[in-house]
Amino acid sequence: MKQFIAFVRKEFDHIFRDTWTMIILLLLPVLMLVLFGYALSTEVKNTGIAIYDPSKDAASEEITRLLGMSGSFRITKILESPAQIEEVLKKTGTGVVVVFSSRFYDNMLHTGEAQILLVTDATDPNTAVTVTNYASSIIAGYQARVNANVSVPYQIETVPKFLYNPEMKSSYNFVPGVMGMVIMLICAMMTSISIAKEKETGTMEILLVSPMKPLLIILSKAVPYFFLSCINLATILLIAHFVFSVPIAGSLFTLIFISLLYIFVSLSIGLLISSIASTQIAALLVSGMALMMPVMYLSGMMFPVENMPAALRVFSQIIPAKWYILAVRKIMIKGLGITSILRETGVLFLMALVLITVSLKKFKIRLE
Amino acid sequence: MLKYLVEKEFKQLLRNAFLPRMIVFFPIMVLLFLPLAATFEVRNIKVALVDNDLSPSSASLTEKIVSSAYFTLTSAGTDYHSALGTVESDAADIILEIPHGFESDLAKELSSRVMISVNAVNGTKGAIGSSYLTGIIRDYSASLRAALMPPSSRLTAPSFAVVPLFRFNAHLKYTVFMVPALMVMLLTMLCGFLPALNIVGEKEKGTMEQMNVTPVPKFTLILSKLIPYWVIGFIVLTLAFVLARAVYGLAPAGNVAVIYLFASIFILSISGFGLVISNYAKTLQQAMFMMFFFIITFIFMSGLYTPVSSMPEWAQVISVFVPLKYMIEVLRMVYLKGSGVADLYAQFFALCCFALFFNGWAVLSYRKTN
Repeated sequence: MKQFIAFVRKEFDHIFRDTWTMIILLLLPVLMLVLFGYALSTEVKNTGIAIYDPSKDAASEEITRLLGMSGSFRITKILESPAQIEEVLKKTGTGVVVVFSSRFYDNMLHTGEAQILLVTDATDPNTAVTVTNYASSIIAGYQARVNANVSVPYQIETVPKFLYNPEMKSSYNFVPGVMGMVIMLICAMMTSISIAKEKETGTMEILLVSPMKPLLIILSKAVPYFFLSCINLATILLIAHFVFSVPIAGSLFTLIFISLLYIFVSLSIGLLISSIASTQIAALLVSGMALMMPVMYLSGMMFPVENMPAALRVFSQIIPAKWYILAVRKIMIKGLGITSILRETGVLFLMALVLITVSLKKFKIRLE
Repeated sequence: MLKYLVEKEFKQLLRNAFLPRMIVFFPIMVLLFLPLAATFEVRNIKVALVDNDLSPSSASLTEKIVSSAYFTLTSAGTDYHSALGTVESDAADIILEIPHGFESDLAKELSSRVMISVNAVNGTKGAIGSSYLTGIIRDYSASLRAALMPPSSRLTAPSFAVVPLFRFNAHLKYTVFMVPALMVMLLTMLCGFLPALNIVGEKEKGTMEQMNVTPVPKFTLILSKLIPYWVIGFIVLTLAFVLARAVYGLAPAGNVAVIYLFASIFILSISGFGLVISNYAKTLQQAMFMMFFFIITFIFMSGLYTPVSSMPEWAQVISVFVPLKYMIEVLRMVYLKGSGVADLYAQFFALCCFALFFNGWAVLSYRKTN
């Protein structure tokens, strides 16, 4: 036991003496939360809007004014000719061109043939759809005002209710994702790199000839990263709670239980990678490509998995982060109890079992 | 002298077992899988229906919802609570509750209501799903109006039509939006990460010491480190063009030469940045983590996934200093809009500044003495 503690202390020293790496490791969750919380907003604000209005009458000018006032748009250009529409969209800065038909007010009152064309820059499909929806609803507001004393029959009112996240905050979605990503990163990447480093510098040989059992050597490598992940987990939960006001609707105890299970899975992945990779760069690239990419793209933290092709959906089943994020959402956001996450727990448990068996089998106690 | 130094760099690169393979496989992997995965498109929304009315009207509304491309009906429960259970277990995304008396209200009072409860854990998805559903219900009531009202009574109110027109990406395909930007991500990963590991790797091995005692000037040394990544960048970019064409049928609307011109400057600036990191880092591990830190920040602030204009003010200010932002703009504009150099002066100027700044810094921060 004394030996083991000495080994663990040695690992802590490795981390503490590399100030830069340590700072980055501790700041990483903060950075991720800030990036996801603020930079990854799909809200549409301040979209540049250009107007082409050959009518210049009461109705078209009122609609232009309403669009400009709304806060979602800022009018950047008044176009003189239809040829400019294409030109202005080709540059950055204008998201939509509003084109009124000629004699707009007249036609609106009498023929019903008045038309507003919303020409959007659909390079980004989501933004284009959202911008079109915003503009349409502002214009619909004008139409409703004009028609205020005409009642429209056969209306079906829809009463929407947003469950779990009434204010539609994006933080409710990404906080569990960031937890899944940071833990995987710290545990798997760091463990594998630190073992690869010992191999590369030749100190692994010294460790292996020591009277310590190889299993304990590896275990002592995992201990500091286990602690680091716990600190990071706490940081994330605190920031999520106090900065982004994400609630912990379910039991904190269950949340910690599933997190510890996930940390264990991540550590075993790190061990597995280190038994394959013999250099630091290889360990980094393997964990970067085989872990980071799938976690970012296939775990459902940013992009909904349901919409992907079947092959990717099947592949996403073997990504531990996916199950962890599902479980965290259920406990933290939906406030469900442990009985609702039996499947997720079971899958993670099975993964842990398989990974730890394989990585211990593959761990070489002799040098080639 | 430069010629031999470049030769040395290439030999070092090619003799590495891992790197040449990675230069080929990484772009293929990224371009084959990520565009399929990186999509905010919302389809296959699962609706749990609670129909308390069980009338012909509620049935035809249901029919209308199911026939749209966005929704699939999951097990329709008998009450709200069992429907909520399906949302809790993620078997449904939206509950549509049609109240008792839906049809009779429509007939007598000419208006009625339905309740929609959306799983809003993912806010974007929830909002889009509910707006699709509202749109379908609105269409349904419009079709009722058209069928049940005498045509003469229709055209009394002032009216006009709003017609959306989607330019440059008429079918609103996400791959069209992502593929050009992912090319920039590829360039950043390969031409940014590898140089960052280069000098520090030589420092760790001790071969840098040998270079430092040669009469090679700092500028020549940095240049010889840059040129291989420049070449790699062009290979990767060309490979990406071919893949985009073959897999997604995507060809640039503008001139390919424009992309190469901008890429040549962009690669210089991002490799220069990598070398700066490499100069400051003491160990390989430090270099990796610093690079990781910056590249993640760059990627998220660049507008790769979400538009820069919807970020808060301070984030927009930071994004001005992110070289990726300009290059992503260039690729999207040339690929989709067919923009030429004349539309891209600002981006050209910005990228040139980055290239000069980072490479100048790399030369200055490189120390031959320890």
